[in-house]
Amino acid sequence: MESNLSCVSSMGMGSLSKAIRGYFTSVFSVYKVQRNDRELHLYDLHIVHSSSYRVPVLYFRGYNCEFIFPKDSYGLFLLVDGQPLALDDIKKDLPYHSSKILKDSRWTFMTQEEHPYLNRPWYALHPCGTSDWMKLLFDNEASVTENEEIVQQYLLSWLSVVGQVVGLRTPLEVFSKNTQCHVLF
Amino acid sequence: MGVGTEAQKYVWEGAIPLQIHLHESEITTLPSPPPALILAPRIGYLPLLVPLIKPYFSSTLPPGSDTVWFDYKGLPLKWYIPTGVLFDLLCMGPERPWNLTSDPVWILQVHFRGYPGDLLSPCEGEESVKWSFINSLKEVEVVMQTHFGNHAKQAAYIINGNCKNVMNMSQPDQLELWRSFSNGNMEGNLRISSKLKLGAVGEESATKVISHHHQQSSSETDFSGPGRTGRIPVRLYIRSIEEDVDDLEDVPHIDSWDRISYLNRPVEMHKDEGKIFTLSDAIKTLLPECFEDEPSIDEEMSRIELEDGAKSPESTLSNKDPENLGSASTEPSEIKLIRIQGIEPKWDIPFSWVVSNLMNPEYYLHICVCIRVAQDPDKIW
Repeated sequence: MESNLSCVSSMGMGSLSKAIRGYFTSVFSVYKVQRNDRELHLYDLHIVHSSSYRVPVLYFRGYNCEFIFPKDSYGLFLLVDGQPLALDDIKKDLPYHSSKILKDSRWTFMTQEEHPYLNRPWYALHPCGTSDWMKLLFDNEASVTENEEIVQQYLLSWLSVVGQVVGLRTPLEVFSKNTQCHVLF
Repeated sequence: MGVGTEAQKYVWEGAIPLQIHLHESEITTLPSPPPALILAPRIGYLPLLVPLIKPYFSSTLPPGSDTVWFDYKGLPLKWYIPTGVLFDLLCMGPERPWNLTSDPVWILQVHFRGYPGDLLSPCEGEESVKWSFINSLKEVEVVMQTHFGNHAKQAAYIINGNCKNVMNMSQPDQLELWRSFSNGNMEGNLRISSKLKLGAVGEESATKVISHHHQQSSSETDFSGPGRTGRIPVRLYIRSIEEDVDDLEDVPHIDSWDRISYLNRPVEMHKDEGKIFTLSDAIKTLLPECFEDEPSIDEEMSRIELEDGAKSPESTLSNKDPENLGSASTEPSEIKLIRIQGIEPKWDIPFSWVVSNLMNPEYYLHICVCIRVAQDPDKIW
């Protein structure tokens, strides 16, 4: 089972940090998980800032798709139906360690949440641990409200940890100084 | 001191009379079954009523397993919103029980099949509701812990807030918390949730109410000092209307949740010496555009910047007209109604009183507002 980040971000990081200082952060990405030759699961990943937890939260929603054209092109695929994937289907796409956590903490790890802006049921990685482990990564950062670079770094570090939960690999190039955050591979 | 104020008792005892009809597509017998008449606790949730409702209809249901959901005039109801809030938000006029020109009930339909999974998060009965409740409590714990001693030391969003206390609740305590809530046992519930040390609010009377533990605890949760700020967990449900109506009973029925904006955002309560932070002040912090007469140039510029930055993703999601994104509305929006626990409080009521007495058992204050907007409501947000 192959999982790639197909495309990332329609929003430059500059305006992203302004948005963080506002009330939300939205970075859109599309993520595909190949089930077999014809079928794949397509996930939308959104990062939304939680004003309660004051951390970014990963929201995701998956769909069943079928290829019309051969799989080694970025060819056309069709949604099989509009229904979002249920948790049981999503589980199959998760890396082993995550599906194990899901089994143990069924109601508190990946939660069914209404998307704060799209008004539909999505899944989210529950943010309650986030600020604790982000503190470990960012212990020495003093004031970050005005420093855009640190905001970018924060978000990328966050993504590198959180991404692993869903099997998303954040490539090293993204961490370079001139990050545009458009990644295709 | 006893647990709970008189106002809180009213809140816990508040109930909405429901008349629940089985959806016609699921009626397999003749004559069709009469509706179920249920008194639904305001602070409760619709799925918790299913054990009371099902006996009315079980003999007439088609075969298969149940996935229960409710609708009001065709609008599927979100099960994780407390019943009283749904009623306050969706029923503006005629059905409200104290309007003597019509029957004092809220008429709903129940379905046991065909769950609208694209609109509503799945619900597996009591377990789903319980975990939604507990996750809300965690969120409250995080919201109320994070505060600023003074603005100079304001740290960024990276700083703290964790939900340790809720997460570390013992199993028996969790069970007791849930049981007391679902049985409508206010005192039992307040006693358990006070162990969570979720924080006190503002004025003295409020401090006594939530937990007498707090009077001994550290200054972290004492918001009564001058110049201190507290964060209050609030869920704001906003219904926008375009035409000015004299009577709110005449507002058009809501046919989609897209017509309602939902803000799950804490209110930052500022304590200024000698000034009481009112309900109106609280709403102002959440909906600043409703109170401005003329936005200043700076505010407009930053609003436009924010919208520009957000434009590309958002334009793929909705059909917002890009030309209008930058335009300022010359007229502020106008708040027509604020409703909390079925009450329309005076706007100058101290916000801390509202919070301590009208909050729900999960410590969230749910506020329904109806605002009249000068332009297409979709463009405001």
